[in-house]
Amino acid sequence: MRIKLALVLCLFLFSTLFGGVAVAQDTSEVTILYWQAVSILNPYLSGGTKDFDAAALILEPLANIAPDGTMVPELAEFIPTLENGGVSEDLTTITWKLKDGLVWSDGTPVTIDDLIFTWQYCTHPEGGCSTKHFYNDVVSMEDIGGNQIKITFGVPKPNPYDPFVSSSAPILNAAQFADCMGANMSACTDQNFAPIGTGPFMVDEFRPNDVVTYTANPNYREEGKPHFDRVVFKGGGDAESAARAVLETGEADYAWNLQISPAVLSGMEAAGQGTVVVAFASSVERLMLNQADVSPDNPNRSVWMSDGSNDHPFLTIPEVADAMSLAIDRDIIAGQLYGAGGQAACNMVNGPPVNVSETYLGCSQDIDGANAILDGAGIVDSDGDGIREANGVPLRVQYQTSTNAVRQNTQALIKQWWSEIGIETELRNIDAAVFFGGDPASPDTYQKFYSDVQMFTSGTSGPDAETFMVRWICGAAPNPDNGWLGRNVPRHCNPAYDALYEELTGTGGVEARAEIVKQMNDLLIESGALIPLVFRGSVSAHANSLHGVDMNGWDSEMWNIQDWYRM
Amino acid sequence: MGKYTIRRLLTAIPTILVISFIIFAVVDLSPSDPTGNLPLTIPPEVRQKIREALGADDPFAVKYVKWLQQFFISEPLNFLETTLGITFPGSEDRVRVISWATRGPVIDIIAERLPQTLWVVGSSYFLGVLIAVPVGVYSAYRQYSIFDQVGTFAMMVGFSVPTFFTGLMFIVIFSVNLKWFPSVYDTTLVVTDIESLQQQLRQMFMPVTVLTLYTTAQMSRYTRASTLDNLQQDYIRTARSKGLTERTVVTRHAVRNSLIPVVTLIALQIPGIFAGALITEQIFRVNGIGQYLIIAIQGGDLPTVQTVTFIFAVLVVIFNIVADVLYGILDPRVTYS
Repeated sequence: MRIKLALVLCLFLFSTLFGGVAVAQDTSEVTILYWQAVSILNPYLSGGTKDFDAAALILEPLANIAPDGTMVPELAEFIPTLENGGVSEDLTTITWKLKDGLVWSDGTPVTIDDLIFTWQYCTHPEGGCSTKHFYNDVVSMEDIGGNQIKITFGVPKPNPYDPFVSSSAPILNAAQFADCMGANMSACTDQNFAPIGTGPFMVDEFRPNDVVTYTANPNYREEGKPHFDRVVFKGGGDAESAARAVLETGEADYAWNLQISPAVLSGMEAAGQGTVVVAFASSVERLMLNQADVSPDNPNRSVWMSDGSNDHPFLTIPEVADAMSLAIDRDIIAGQLYGAGGQAACNMVNGPPVNVSETYLGCSQDIDGANAILDGAGIVDSDGDGIREANGVPLRVQYQTSTNAVRQNTQALIKQWWSEIGIETELRNIDAAVFFGGDPASPDTYQKFYSDVQMFTSGTSGPDAETFMVRWICGAAPNPDNGWLGRNVPRHCNPAYDALYEELTGTGGVEARAEIVKQMNDLLIESGALIPLVFRGSVSAHANSLHGVDMNGWDSEMWNIQDWYRM
Repeated sequence: MGKYTIRRLLTAIPTILVISFIIFAVVDLSPSDPTGNLPLTIPPEVRQKIREALGADDPFAVKYVKWLQQFFISEPLNFLETTLGITFPGSEDRVRVISWATRGPVIDIIAERLPQTLWVVGSSYFLGVLIAVPVGVYSAYRQYSIFDQVGTFAMMVGFSVPTFFTGLMFIVIFSVNLKWFPSVYDTTLVVTDIESLQQQLRQMFMPVTVLTLYTTAQMSRYTRASTLDNLQQDYIRTARSKGLTERTVVTRHAVRNSLIPVVTLIALQIPGIFAGALITEQIFRVNGIGQYLIIAIQGGDLPTVQTVTFIFAVLVVIFNIVADVLYGILDPRVTYS
């Protein structure tokens, strides 16, 4: 009797377990997986990209940045430019006009006061606002009537598109956040967990560091959008299992930031459930050749001197840098090690397209050519040990980077190629926390650069390249006087480059600026202090049934979620 | 016994304080940065401002005393207020333990997450004990039989294969190939009807099985060893010679005595249920206490790491006392005086 009962119970349990197993392909709900869970929905207190992205469903800026680096008006009627008079001739003011009839998700109207409040909120001296630098140099904001706001900068701003542009600087509801200024920023848990916005979705439930569920905003300004009633934004786990849930099991519709081995990812994609999408912005993995002397016994180790007295014995010779660059097969590194997330890079500025120089495209490997360059410059192997000498100094380099499987594989390949042109390479890798940690007491930071060659990635902070190009002007090199905090890590110096930078800071208009950026890029490539390797993109995946995804490297990947639909 | 318990509880207080200090020192000295996950494009001066606003750059002693005050004064007062519905003076200005990542009270998030951790880890623990005890006893009773050999082999496998491996294997077999169970745990699911119950059971199946395998392996080895010991004892021979049935000898005499160390083991491992299963929660996205701790560590969220680890430490201390007291109750030979 008892055994029978147990059997029946077991049967019941199994029938409940297996009854109706089917992956929901709901037309009203979309599931998004982020392997870093969302901590907070107020982007101004964000602790990472995941928080900006989760907030992008709710809060909107005046304009977003599209995947090609151009601006798309969201709450703004149009993009102000020099041509349409929205940006003043002296480059110190910009005037935005809000769309008419905008309302918050609670039905109240959006006003210029909300914008002014947002600026004051983020720049309050006692608050720790994550994107305060978006409001740098703003001295005033005023409501000039007609639903327009005039933003005045203290200095000429050739690129005035930082305040209220992109998901990093959206507009908050002043009524909701009125009591959350400065020191009270963190205390406003209710507001930070459920901001009222103008975006396509509203928070339904938020479990910090776990999951956000959203419902459609009934007051969204575009008729018939969004196409989904509900969004589930689930966090946790790791990149590989997130990819699996979209590409193999079909449990989720979208998975973010899939930095996993290209072979594994393409194997998963072959299952046919979903598609891997990539967006490129401006991140470039590059080699830096130290222009200063780094011999261990030099008291001024790795300190660049303007009189050239402490130059590196051979890395400042243009032929050596040329040959080192020519020996590298960028296609192999990008294709084999980075997969979908990388392209061979010949330029320092690789995006947006308007900024990309075409002078040095097609930088393919040429070992013989590299050897010929060195031979031609008289840098030959005079003592028969397989290593060339320049002015009697053998070409031995130490090449450092952070500890990371892809980077160590890149190092191994490059070491091999350089050995074929008579350069001996010693490899070194440093824990990322130390290498990027910036501790001035540590000898192993990328700023101190106690090595001949090093490698890492960075990019522009928006489509405008000025903050990127400033890194390589003379004098910005890290040294003991500035606490090793300079931005010019390779210790590059070229007066012609500095002159172009001066010109850039005084020029307005996207096209005119792009021309200067291209020239600066070409000078950087010619100088040889920087050798670009791989143009890196962000990799995500979405289910085949989900349409309308337009991967974006410049703005939040969720920037156009109102256009997503299922078919 | 009563006196003993009180004495143990009193000595626990300094222990707990020392533990809190050590945890705080370790967490604070570890190189982690609450702004470390922000995009690289955010400049150092903005990061510095964020750290200042969080109080991350305060001196060690200030941070520690602040935390002590928040945890031992503000939190209990707040708990009393919400449960009893009364308001103490100064309730407006009271600062609770606030997470640096979510800017919300840490205790609320722990409370929110406790159910799923208890459900998944607790039920695997319960199932583990339910399976392990009979298996262990039978293995001991029929030592070196086929059952014992197979059981020993299976338990050794369960004990030595890590959960991150079995978890992954389960996902590949049951989610990817067979498509029977979901690999992503839905924490928002509320059980209201038979259908949602099915869903709940389905999503619990894999994490619970993975954890059960591990607990069962551990427990059954203990049970087997302890039962083997007891079966050799004189009182078993006496029981048999009295003419009692084998069933009575084993269940009434041997098992009862064998379970004493097992019960202690169970009590000692209960804090582990609250701690969640760090890795298993992460693999299946159960997002309970274990996963919360991992996220906090990765994000350099000092108040959260400190609070969660400290609560674990308190539970360990308390259940140690419980285990000692239980031992005295179960085994009359043990006396505390």
